[in-house]
Amino acid sequence: MAYVAVKGGERAIDNAHAWLDSDRRGDPAVAEIGVDQIREQLGRSVDRVMAEGSLYDRDLAALAIKQAQGDLIEAAFLLRAFRTTLPRFAASTPVETAAMRIRRRISAVFKDMPGGQILGPTYDYTHRLLDFTLAAGHTPAPALREAAEQAVAPRIHDILGHEGLIEPDVASDAEPFDITREPLAFPAGRDARLQSLARGDEGFLLAMGYSTQRGWGGTHPFVGEIRVGEVLVEIVPPELGFAIEIGEITLTECQMVNQFAGSRTVPPQFTRGYGLVFGHGDRRAMAMALVDRSLRASELGEAATAPAQIPEFVISHCDNIEATGFVEHLKLPHYVDFQSELETIRRMRRDVEAALLQEAAE
Amino acid sequence: MTQQFSPNPGTRHPDDPSVPQASVATVSARQRWMGVLAKADAALLLRYVADAPALPGHTVLRGPEAGLVMVRGRAGGGGAAFNVGEMSVTRCTVRDAAGRIGHAYVAGRDTQKAELAARLDAALQGPEVALWEDAVIAPLAAEIAGRAMRDAERAAATRVNFFTLATMRTQS
Repeated sequence: MAYVAVKGGERAIDNAHAWLDSDRRGDPAVAEIGVDQIREQLGRSVDRVMAEGSLYDRDLAALAIKQAQGDLIEAAFLLRAFRTTLPRFAASTPVETAAMRIRRRISAVFKDMPGGQILGPTYDYTHRLLDFTLAAGHTPAPALREAAEQAVAPRIHDILGHEGLIEPDVASDAEPFDITREPLAFPAGRDARLQSLARGDEGFLLAMGYSTQRGWGGTHPFVGEIRVGEVLVEIVPPELGFAIEIGEITLTECQMVNQFAGSRTVPPQFTRGYGLVFGHGDRRAMAMALVDRSLRASELGEAATAPAQIPEFVISHCDNIEATGFVEHLKLPHYVDFQSELETIRRMRRDVEAALLQEAAE
Repeated sequence: MTQQFSPNPGTRHPDDPSVPQASVATVSARQRWMGVLAKADAALLLRYVADAPALPGHTVLRGPEAGLVMVRGRAGGGGAAFNVGEMSVTRCTVRDAAGRIGHAYVAGRDTQKAELAARLDAALQGPEVALWEDAVIAPLAAEIAGRAMRDAERAAATRVNFFTLATMRTQS
């Protein structure tokens, strides 16, 4: 028994939506914001909505943000709904993050890593003081440029890999699980978990990752590398039979390096957690990498005792579209449910009172 | 890759009535211009096409239609594949006056860009390949390379050059 349909609210709903439209517009004396302005000037919101909406399209994400008055979960919901209206033409060949056009690439474990440390457009090292020049309409100086060398930026495990001190990647051509097409069963494979985490709620992933740092399933993490930049997306259309580039997208990749004591079959070495997300999002990619690693507890023979180590708990609750749907459905009419609960409570009270009276009489 | 381009390798799309044709375009050449067209700025593409001689007449065989491509990554960067999320893409297939089939798959939902890209793909497979290469593909490729260089130079300006601070001990 859930909520039941009731009639009679149509006029109220229409008027509420009309008010919403004018509320969204705000003071008409203030210029209306353009979707292009959101796309260009609220880039981190666009990135988050694309990631959680699981649809890379900067213009659509900007429109969704405008429509949702900046409510990013609502905006991600709009993108998820829109994607169901489009046919899927193909799946890409796996993107080559090693060949990324790098804007940012840092490592917290190797100071002098080959390819260098490149800060890129980062909020790190800013003082987190409100900048009132922005309120006054500030034109920034153009970004400085320096001669770029064709630097090769190897991955962290390619650097440590030679000594066997770090877990290698095991390449596979297996067709990955798709959580949008197949019902998920637990324990889920790492492919299904990574797909879920890539579109998971950033706040939830952050809190889960944080919990592992605070001791709820600690994994002793180090940021092996974070890289942000553009990667090519290629597909092989059946009518062509060869790979073609369809465009470039911005991704953030995080390689978390974690201590591992070893097992009966594997010597002590570093293991890795992996984060790969749409757009520029250090926090999101790092949180994903922390949670990916903690969810590998069983695979690595570790006791799974903390929430962040339990796939069913994490994966079932990381999706903010599903979560908001189930939480917010409580707002819908539950009049009949509640009426029956009310009857139950009244009956229980009558029974208790009757029992008390009987006790007093005896 | 110098493999000869064949218009119908592998499976044919059910509504793609492409016919075998004598083409000299190699797969690698075609991959290159299709990649340039996909990455090109739509406004620039329109401008270069407008400034070039008129494209051959064409019939649209499919689309232009918007859809999705599931973007895949690899666990750890090089491990087993997983689905990261989808991206919007628009595709179009045309046949030009000479019977050449042109295909386009371009990121985003710009139907005009996809149709132009498909028409250019058809034209570039013809004998006037040099004309379209010079008028459209080369300037777009230069612009794409310029954007990449600009980003690389900005990134280079944020490269950290570590130096070791003098310590108490070394100062004594």
